[in-house]
Amino acid sequence: MPELVNCRGLSCPEPVLLARQALQEAGENEVEVVVSNAVARDNVARAAKGLGWNVTVEEEGEDFKLKITK
Amino acid sequence: MRDRLFIIIAGAVVGLLAVILVLSGNPANMGFCIACFIRDIAGGLGLHRAGVVQFLRPEIMGLVLGAFVTAMYVKEFKSTGGSSPVLRFILGMLMMAGALIFLGCPLRMVLRLAGGDWNALVALPGYVVGVWLGTLFLRRGYTLGRSQDQAPVSGFAAPFIALVLLILLVIAPAFIFFSEEGPGSMAAPLALTLGAGLLVGALAQRTRLCTMGAIRDLILFKDYHLFLGFAAIFVIALAGNLLTGQFLPGFPEQPVAHVDHTWNFLGMTVVGLAAVLAGGCPMRQLILSGEGQSDALITVFGMAGGAAFMHNFGLAGSPAGVSPAGQWIVIISLALLFIIGAGNIKMLASAGRKKHSKAS
Repeated sequence: MPELVNCRGLSCPEPVLLARQALQEAGENEVEVVVSNAVARDNVARAAKGLGWNVTVEEEGEDFKLKITK
Repeated sequence: MRDRLFIIIAGAVVGLLAVILVLSGNPANMGFCIACFIRDIAGGLGLHRAGVVQFLRPEIMGLVLGAFVTAMYVKEFKSTGGSSPVLRFILGMLMMAGALIFLGCPLRMVLRLAGGDWNALVALPGYVVGVWLGTLFLRRGYTLGRSQDQAPVSGFAAPFIALVLLILLVIAPAFIFFSEEGPGSMAAPLALTLGAGLLVGALAQRTRLCTMGAIRDLILFKDYHLFLGFAAIFVIALAGNLLTGQFLPGFPEQPVAHVDHTWNFLGMTVVGLAAVLAGGCPMRQLILSGEGQSDALITVFGMAGGAAFMHNFGLAGSPAGVSPAGQWIVIISLALLFIIGAGNIKMLASAGRKKHSKAS
């Protein structure tokens, strides 16, 4: 199971801080991040890509789930 | 790459409009000043009685409505709130307090710099120090907590208030105050100020332009995305001022400014730190409130309250400088910001990540 980072209701830069930390510590090659606003979605995606990861985004109701893989 | 170009264009448009607004009647180096304009609106509503700074500035309503319409259009409008509203109100007050010591929000600081007001060059490092202090709290897990989804009616509050203010501006009832002299009496025509607000509101909604985020992301992540927009504001406003003869370099006798270096520096330190703790600069708070975030609207209310507080008690800076009481407010503001910062260190990282494995 990939680690799931819950960033619902958090505003930037907090989701980016959490996601970066999870990516840096990731034992697996996949991390999932759930965010509840478009700003966090875009910022986390940009940060992950900047660190050399691939990102796919799924809509989950009103939230977004980012699957971040290497 | 397209994103980068877009944020540079957005910043350039802000810089260009700022120059045009001044040429068309806004106070010098005040094409846009979110803190000044919210202060003017507070005065227009009679929350303070500083007669020279009372006017319902349409730029503010335009920013909120531009962000609102754009957010609706791209389906990013979402009613949320409930993340430490009282602390956000206080952070808004403190952000305004710092801005009214320096006499400008971060946006006006950049515009003052672009107009040759070297006092802004003293304030800029103060601002960077404030933002840097804020990142120290963020790195230690500072958070105001999660916001919750709310009913749509909550998110519509900000655009509704903006609309009401516009109506009050147009029908100008007797209980609305309009400055007859001073900066509050100087304004570009309504179509231009409102149009500029709407356009910048739309662009800022799409690009997330933020004068605090620009510095914060550089420090935290070495991410210069937002900084490109910040820099573009300066470059274009500088070019515009040079071309139109509005670049008048120097320290003394700058428009709506003073030369108390210590307090210019520390005033903007307050703004920078408060903006990080509140999650956005004054302009960003307006944009977020237009997107339905009542947490941002509460911060804007705090800014209006802070403006009233600063003017009613004679604490705001003026071209004569900063009064001893005003200097005390800066010190008290810094102390309160440290308390709010330290009091909300919740080890965001580990707590947030563990919580989820259980909750999901």
